[in-house]
Amino acid sequence: MLTTTLILGLVLGGTYALLALGLTLQYGISRIMNLAYGEMTLAAAFVLVALFQGLGLPPLIGLLVIAPAGYAVGWMLYAVMMRPLVARAGTSGRLEVDSILATFGLLFLIQGLLLLVFGANFTSISYLTHGVNILGVPVALNRLIAFGICLVAGGALVIALTRTRWGLALRAVAQTPNSAPLVGIDVNRVARQGFALGTALAAVGGASIATYQTFSATDGVIFTMKALVIVIMGGVGNVAGALIAGLALGLIETFVATAIDPGLTLAATFTIFLAVLLWRPQGLFGRG
Amino acid sequence: MRRYLPIVGFLVFAAAPFAVSDYGLGLLIGAVTYVTLASAWALFSGHTRYISLATVAFYGTGAYVVAVLNETLPYGLVLIIAALIGALMALLVGLSTLRLAGVYFVIFTFGLAELVRQLITWYEVNVTGTLGRYIFLDVTAREIYWQMLALAAVTIGLTAFIHRHRLGLALRVIGDDEVVAAHAGIPLARTKLLAFVASATILTLAGAIASPRWVYVEPAIVFNSTVSFLTVIMALLGGANRLWGPALGAVPLFFAFEYLSVNLPNTYPIVLGLLFIAVVFVLPDGVLAGIEKLRARWKRGAA
Repeated sequence: MLTTTLILGLVLGGTYALLALGLTLQYGISRIMNLAYGEMTLAAAFVLVALFQGLGLPPLIGLLVIAPAGYAVGWMLYAVMMRPLVARAGTSGRLEVDSILATFGLLFLIQGLLLLVFGANFTSISYLTHGVNILGVPVALNRLIAFGICLVAGGALVIALTRTRWGLALRAVAQTPNSAPLVGIDVNRVARQGFALGTALAAVGGASIATYQTFSATDGVIFTMKALVIVIMGGVGNVAGALIAGLALGLIETFVATAIDPGLTLAATFTIFLAVLLWRPQGLFGRG
Repeated sequence: MRRYLPIVGFLVFAAAPFAVSDYGLGLLIGAVTYVTLASAWALFSGHTRYISLATVAFYGTGAYVVAVLNETLPYGLVLIIAALIGALMALLVGLSTLRLAGVYFVIFTFGLAELVRQLITWYEVNVTGTLGRYIFLDVTAREIYWQMLALAAVTIGLTAFIHRHRLGLALRVIGDDEVVAAHAGIPLARTKLLAFVASATILTLAGAIASPRWVYVEPAIVFNSTVSFLTVIMALLGGANRLWGPALGAVPLFFAFEYLSVNLPNTYPIVLGLLFIAVVFVLPDGVLAGIEKLRARWKRGAA
């Protein structure tokens, strides 16, 4: 019983962690709190299903198309929509409110487009659903693959951020956007890359969710909320914190669903979230 | 003359039910409800620039209090209890969120609305065993309209009073710069809390007054987060820091969305989204400020 909860929770948490990574990058590096994040995730999920059902493209190949496409869309969005807001705000605190409201509009825009194109029905695909035995617990193969995707993408990101020159520039902008230009970093370009990278992660997360879970065009807010909960639990902009908090949330949700009441999983998420916000708004792993 | 304009307008609106059909009256109630919501929202958020998405948490609570108590207590008493519960809730929320700013406050208020909805749903399903409740009250549509109109008038009157009062000045300074406000000796916590509780009490009352129109009530209906979003966009479109801004944004947008949801239900979210983006980019301070800017430019051009 405990092993089942543990394994299923970790598998679920892997996807959550990946989702949260993208959001934390977008806010940490580009200073944009993207409330349309869940809708971007959903859009990728729908595209994966369309590729699978329409063209017969296997999800793992589809992923190779979706991830760069997500990067390109994020790049464009930042250049067209966010950059003018950043330029207008200058050094004042205005960007925070402006970006929230603008991405709020984006949320409805994407949701409306998804409803128009894909309809309001629940969507799912049947892909590698047979069980695999892990420590005596049967886990569907598609969930394991999704977990593997999360490990690979998350691991690659952590290595890129900590070991490469490019990652160093990203981290420099995240920490002190005002001093980064002094060492020759183009803050605007790095911010755009951060936003694009975050969107790509949202797309990968959405695509891997689509392989094992049923979803509909109005579910985006739930993904955004979960990603936000994790980001705030882990500390805004904290990559390692987001990974740990994502896995923890998966465990907590699975535990509440199996041991207490499946109807209370969302309420549990929000309670934890509100508690963390009040008790440690800087995140469980933050300093201060 | 200008001073009497609001009173004349109020009288015209109060007499309106005698001139319109039942359908028209329904539309009027909706419009006045959103004028109340947007104005009450702006009472706190307009000057402080704390974007609250908890509107529906209070609005829905008001409706739910009526749904639970309408068969056991007289209507007037139910309204008073609803207002008190709203105020108490706002006090608790306000006390715990005072240290949150910017994006944390936005997310907290959004989470709050969802949490209230989830908890009531769970409670109704598992403890009382019914998800829906009925409101059978002997309140006519006209009475609801007049009550809501009175609440709207009180809200705008209160806003006007606060604007001229020390509290309004304090809220403006807090919105501009909290550090400066603190150094100027403004009690940050008390000022924000006062405005937040006043705003939330009105929002709760609005929900309680509007509730008999629903007849059937369940969490997914009364805690529909679209209400929070619409309130924000209406107030911002008109100009959240102006006395008449929220009302000016609420009326046209309410009718626009009413038209859209009837005629183009599929493109409704798209239009809402584009509108949000347009307001942020084109009219960041609202229509009223935009008009003033245009006028100033026109005058300069003429001179």
